[in-house]
Amino acid sequence: MAKLEDPKDPTQKSESQEKRGLRRREFVKLVGGTGVAATAQVLAGHQLAAARTTVPEEVRGSGKVVGPGPVEMTLRINGQAKKLTVEPRVTLLDALRNHLDLTGAKKVCDRGTCGACTIIVNGKPTYSCSVLAIEAADRDGKSGADIRTIEGLAPEGKLHPVSTAFVENDAQQCGFCTPGFVMSCAAYLETHRNPNVEEVKQALGGNLCRCGTYMGVRNAVVEAAMSMKGGRA
Amino acid sequence: MADYHWPPADKCSLIGRRISRIDGPWKSSGRIQYSYDVNRPNMLHGKMVFSPYAHAKVVSIDTSAAEKMPGVKAVDIITEPGKEVFWAGHEVAAVAAETEEQARDAARRIQVRYEKLPHLVSDVDPRKAGEHTKQLAEQTDGNPDQALQQAEVTSEGEYGVPVITHCCLESHGQVAEWDGDNLTIYASTQNVSGMPAEMARAKIADSADKVRVLTPVMGGGFGSKFGADTWGLACARLAKKAGRPVKMMLERDQELMAAGARPSMYARVKVGAKKDGTLTGWTSESWGTGGPDAQGGAPNIPYVVRIPDRRAQHTAVLTNIGPARAWRAPNHPQMCLITMSALDDLAAKLAMDPVEMLQKNIQMTGQLAKTYSAELEKAAELMDWKKKWHPRGDKTPGPIKRGWGVSIHTWGGGGHPSNCNCTIQPDGSVSASLGSQDLGTGTRTVIGIITAETMGLPLEAVKVNIGDSKYPADGASGGSTTVGGVSASTRRAATAALNQLLDKVAPSLNAKPDELEAVDGQICVKGNPGRAISWKQACAKLGTASITGVGQRERGDDLISSGVGGAQMAEVSVDTETGLVQVDKLVAVQDCGLIIDLKTAESQVYGACIMGITYSLFEHKIMDEQTGRCLNADLEFYKLAGIGDFGDIVVHMMTGPGYDERGVIGLGEPPVISPGAAISNAVANAIGVRVPTLPLTPDKVLGALGKGAVA
Repeated sequence: MAKLEDPKDPTQKSESQEKRGLRRREFVKLVGGTGVAATAQVLAGHQLAAARTTVPEEVRGSGKVVGPGPVEMTLRINGQAKKLTVEPRVTLLDALRNHLDLTGAKKVCDRGTCGACTIIVNGKPTYSCSVLAIEAADRDGKSGADIRTIEGLAPEGKLHPVSTAFVENDAQQCGFCTPGFVMSCAAYLETHRNPNVEEVKQALGGNLCRCGTYMGVRNAVVEAAMSMKGGRA
Repeated sequence: MADYHWPPADKCSLIGRRISRIDGPWKSSGRIQYSYDVNRPNMLHGKMVFSPYAHAKVVSIDTSAAEKMPGVKAVDIITEPGKEVFWAGHEVAAVAAETEEQARDAARRIQVRYEKLPHLVSDVDPRKAGEHTKQLAEQTDGNPDQALQQAEVTSEGEYGVPVITHCCLESHGQVAEWDGDNLTIYASTQNVSGMPAEMARAKIADSADKVRVLTPVMGGGFGSKFGADTWGLACARLAKKAGRPVKMMLERDQELMAAGARPSMYARVKVGAKKDGTLTGWTSESWGTGGPDAQGGAPNIPYVVRIPDRRAQHTAVLTNIGPARAWRAPNHPQMCLITMSALDDLAAKLAMDPVEMLQKNIQMTGQLAKTYSAELEKAAELMDWKKKWHPRGDKTPGPIKRGWGVSIHTWGGGGHPSNCNCTIQPDGSVSASLGSQDLGTGTRTVIGIITAETMGLPLEAVKVNIGDSKYPADGASGGSTTVGGVSASTRRAATAALNQLLDKVAPSLNAKPDELEAVDGQICVKGNPGRAISWKQACAKLGTASITGVGQRERGDDLISSGVGGAQMAEVSVDTETGLVQVDKLVAVQDCGLIIDLKTAESQVYGACIMGITYSLFEHKIMDEQTGRCLNADLEFYKLAGIGDFGDIVVHMMTGPGYDERGVIGLGEPPVISPGAAISNAVANAIGVRVPTLPLTPDKVLGALGKGAVA
């Protein structure tokens, strides 16, 4: 096979895509995370702890227009600055998965309902399908959002206590929802050290599983909390 | 020689214990790649074009505008002009472009002209379906009309379950990559070994041996991922045309519209009994839709309880709702809901405890009568049924009414064709290789446990190779036949490999091979752990050549069997002011023969119960009669239960004497069958009237209450 271009190399991409980008009909899709989450709560009985879309304050109303073609941007992911060139309409989830090969966050509903794409943005569990990459990027000389993905939760080959508790309690079957659950749990336990099962039901209401692993998840979160406290003591 | 039969429970160090799944750390660390996560160098993204109409003829397809779109590298026509599409979401064309966004843009610019044709998406009344019906063969035993005439009490009712979807969280799809004539597919499939031949049959590849399928893990199938599907073939064609790898995964709306539906089933039932509860006669007229053809088949009802005189007639309604696919225990949840609801209504008419009625008629369940009886007793104990159950209609004051319901179910299991190669290396490493797949059920772990148990090694010492079509052929994962298939082939392969090793080692222990056994990491003379050599030392005697034991599931294999029973009981609270149903507790008692891994086995039952609660309370693929489209093809309105949407679940596995010696039997499907019936019966017990169809949504609960209010 001939040597192939690296699609993730932004220098290769930006040249050709900038030309094309200007000709394209522009369509920015920003799902209103709050509205969607509230609807889901009423309709499905999912007990969402809070709406999860985080739009950094500095992005709102800055008045600066970018795009519609690919834009170079820098994301702060797991403590590292990552440069990439994507269209402004690209979600943070797609940027992670398609452009940075960080595929732990999963794309399932793509509409802020299921939580499979949950990552931690500025300390809060966040649906990455409902944030644009550019919203989280460096802007006007200011650092962008602090983004943590499951790949940054523990060094490769090691498990975060939450991940360990998911294994021990068999809180996963097909496992496709699991990284989202683990990230929701990890973020939750950073601010809630002694949750009981009833509180766990509230906290993880924003994540859906099809295989039905919730019984294991309920136990895993409580166990992870205990083991994390043990670790700190 | 080591015997391939299962060791007795007291000799097992791994089999039957609670063991964490071996791929658990890969999953909970987010580091294992599903098909959706595969990013190949220079890869393109594919998107599909679907018909917006439920029934239409494709008049023309103009791809010229799309082909000129930025980043577009290949276009594929799936449904040629002149052909018809039969559901909204029917696959028409596909396009591959540099980025996912570009592919989506281009898919929108493929101009398809349709000639709209009449459609039918409603399945609620076959009389309104006109010619779109098909009568299936009537099933009659004895003289049901006479039996019902002579019955001392009869009950009539209408019950049903609508179409629901599979809603796999990893949508259907794959990455296709060519290297010359050779095709590699990273597919989210339940049929790793079968897909190469399918690709050859579809003339995608020259021959099956030029296709390799890789599925290390997959994000849910539930019966909907057996075939390559049109998107699989289109993806391979796009990759060929573009000369680059293509990833094409369905978007969520497409997943719900086109990639899997469980047939609906409704029935008008008349059932009769003597005053003492002995069931005597049954007649039913049922109908349902499995999409454009008569998929699903005629229900064999009454279910489990074989009333001697019965007649069952079924009408398939042919609709444009999209194709049916096998959904975890095909037909059984529907048949169970209809049967157990009808029996429960009859018991209510007799003011009889429904558990008592089932026990009274237990001989009608056939071979598993003793199992059912024991399971009902166990479930009653775990639910505290005798103390809690009350006659129909909670008479306590206040708007919240509580109720209890019961159901029993059966499933086959057995083992699909399976081949395993088990290899022992001179350095002591051991691997088991099968062209099987782990849907999340724990297949990989089961294979590891059996291999390690056979070799007397810890689980970590064994490498399990599955999810690759280059390994020995294995069956598709359907019908709960995987655990049976792989358990039989793995045990036989591991035993064959071990016996070759024992042959090599015997002289050095001054013993015959059949005097040796492999336990606790060493090969020793049976009953004499002192005369032993370590596993590593034993394997070193192989010199430079590894040994491979070959095993396959035999015809009538005595390591496995089929046929299980289960009993479930539900406790619910119903708010009669809002109509909201809450499942407070579900008890599931299940047998499945010899359990290899108790932890993942219990997880299957917990998961099935939760999936059952979900279809009982929330799931319904809602079709719009005017437009013929699915109205809830997203996760906001196609509702799945969340972690807080139910109370407690209690699982009890029937194990030990009487169960273990039956060998391994599949478990994935049976426990998902009864929740609908048990919960529906519990709601009827609470509010005093039957809510005839699932899901038990507030509007239906209030509607039922309006017809016959709580006393």
